[in-house]
Amino acid sequence: MAEFFQAIDQFPVTLKAWLMGHASGVLPEWALPLVSAALSITPILAVFPLLFALTTVIERKGLGRIQNRIGPNRVGIPLTNIRLAGFGQFIADGIKSLTKEDVVPHVADKVVHFLAPITLLIPVLLTYSVLPFGKNMVPLDLPQTGLLFFFALGASTELSVFMAGWSSRNKYSLLGAMRAIAQMVSYEIPLILSSLTVVMMAGTLSLAGIVESQADVRFGFLHGWHLFTPWGFVGFCLFLTAAAAEANRTPFDLPEAESEIIAGYFTEYSGFKFAIFFLAEYLGLFAMCGLGITLFLGGWLPPFKFLGFIPSWCWFLGKLVALILLFIWLRGTLPRLRTDQLMGFAWKFLLPMTLINLVVAALWHLSGGSVPLVVRWVVGFALLAVPYWLLGRGFEAKVGKREYRFAN
Amino acid sequence: MTLPFAIIAGLTVGSAIAAMSLRNMVHCALSLVLTFAGLAGLYLQLNAEFVGFTQILVYVGAVSILIVFAILLTRSTDPKDEPATVTPWVGIAVAVAAFLTMALAVVASPVGKRVAAPAPEVSVKTLGQKLMTDYVLPLEVMALLLTAAMLGAVIIAMKDKEGQR
Repeated sequence: MAEFFQAIDQFPVTLKAWLMGHASGVLPEWALPLVSAALSITPILAVFPLLFALTTVIERKGLGRIQNRIGPNRVGIPLTNIRLAGFGQFIADGIKSLTKEDVVPHVADKVVHFLAPITLLIPVLLTYSVLPFGKNMVPLDLPQTGLLFFFALGASTELSVFMAGWSSRNKYSLLGAMRAIAQMVSYEIPLILSSLTVVMMAGTLSLAGIVESQADVRFGFLHGWHLFTPWGFVGFCLFLTAAAAEANRTPFDLPEAESEIIAGYFTEYSGFKFAIFFLAEYLGLFAMCGLGITLFLGGWLPPFKFLGFIPSWCWFLGKLVALILLFIWLRGTLPRLRTDQLMGFAWKFLLPMTLINLVVAALWHLSGGSVPLVVRWVVGFALLAVPYWLLGRGFEAKVGKREYRFAN
Repeated sequence: MTLPFAIIAGLTVGSAIAAMSLRNMVHCALSLVLTFAGLAGLYLQLNAEFVGFTQILVYVGAVSILIVFAILLTRSTDPKDEPATVTPWVGIAVAVAAFLTMALAVVASPVGKRVAAPAPEVSVKTLGQKLMTDYVLPLEVMALLLTAAMLGAVIIAMKDKEGQR
């Protein structure tokens, strides 16, 4: 039985090895690395855009439920009465965006306008190449620089956003681009600093190595996820907040606030270019979630040792879907921030908290072995909870008598 | 000279030329970013992964944004009719002289004749340890410089606000 589960777990790896074994006899020597790369890329290109398509439907249905509506439930298989509870919607949406006219503004900078969606999507897709999706399933293992690769590519999307906003020659586009860049530059710092705690504790930048560092078993059944430590728990919360801001998700969706600036930096995009922006945004969110899973939630590891028979890639995908559902829930629940609140939150709250978290992680590491676990937990949480309370006081809403400027 | 090197080098030099000769300032900035990315590609070719990705993170991710903001906030981005330079000949002469000087120095130096040492195993850990021990003074000086620049920026921004009131 164990061998059967083992075979399912490693099925993608063995399939690739089998295909490569057959290809090596047929194809010339120089083509083999290309075939190997293509075999690694194809599942990524198949799974994650499909997940994006399903997420759009799930998000609309979920938001509908939260807002006491029904959401899309009509589109099924064409020419039949099978409705699939509305899950045919994404195919209809895809065909719609493919057949729409591609409108480019007359005054737009045509070349930059055309390049912006491409330069946005390519780095986002490249970030997937370092994520470990399962045991032995890393398309590109960079033992020295895995996490740095991820952040370098994440940072290079900022310029694409600027290109889209500037080349449209539209004030809403430019406003959206400015908002997006200010937000992404600000939230990148807490994002990187909160990930740095994990690098410090695991002692490696390789994402596969970071997953391995969480494989130790505590109390006989619990895997040593970084989430199960005071610094890991706080770090994960900080990471998730910063990741939501990086991916322009509510409550940080100011760059594309529909009620204020139409669609932000991609106001002037239509048809499939718009769909590419949409796709890049969601793929960016999935990649961020995947990184969060790898850093804090044990990657492809199960929470309990006795659940280890479930294939590793199932754990990764399951955690990914859970995080996506969390983000949909947040979108349906939280209101949008104001720009000054957004900046204040990043610089006055997230940044000090991540720095304190670094110190706590260092203390946790140094006190390992000699100090009892209970004391480490109490001290670690106290060191994080007190600054949380002190810093958070500044952000409490000061509710007074409301002044109406025009309605009195 | 391998094919990847030729492609990356051509891209880098070509985009650098474009960054100097294009009329629209934002186009120049975007070409300059391509040059930065090409340099990162060259570092990666030399197996300097850490430097290459840091180059992308810092230059493509941050410095480019700084340049673009500076252009947008200081002058109009509309292309001007008058050429950027009056005559190119002085500039070309200076560039050729500088290149010749450097090329002669490189050719004359003993570095080229040395037998290449086996590439040492440089990990990120060693880099970090070197930065924290042998090169801690330059690091501190740089940190001080950046802090001073940041304080200066804050002070400039604060003065503006008081002037408005």
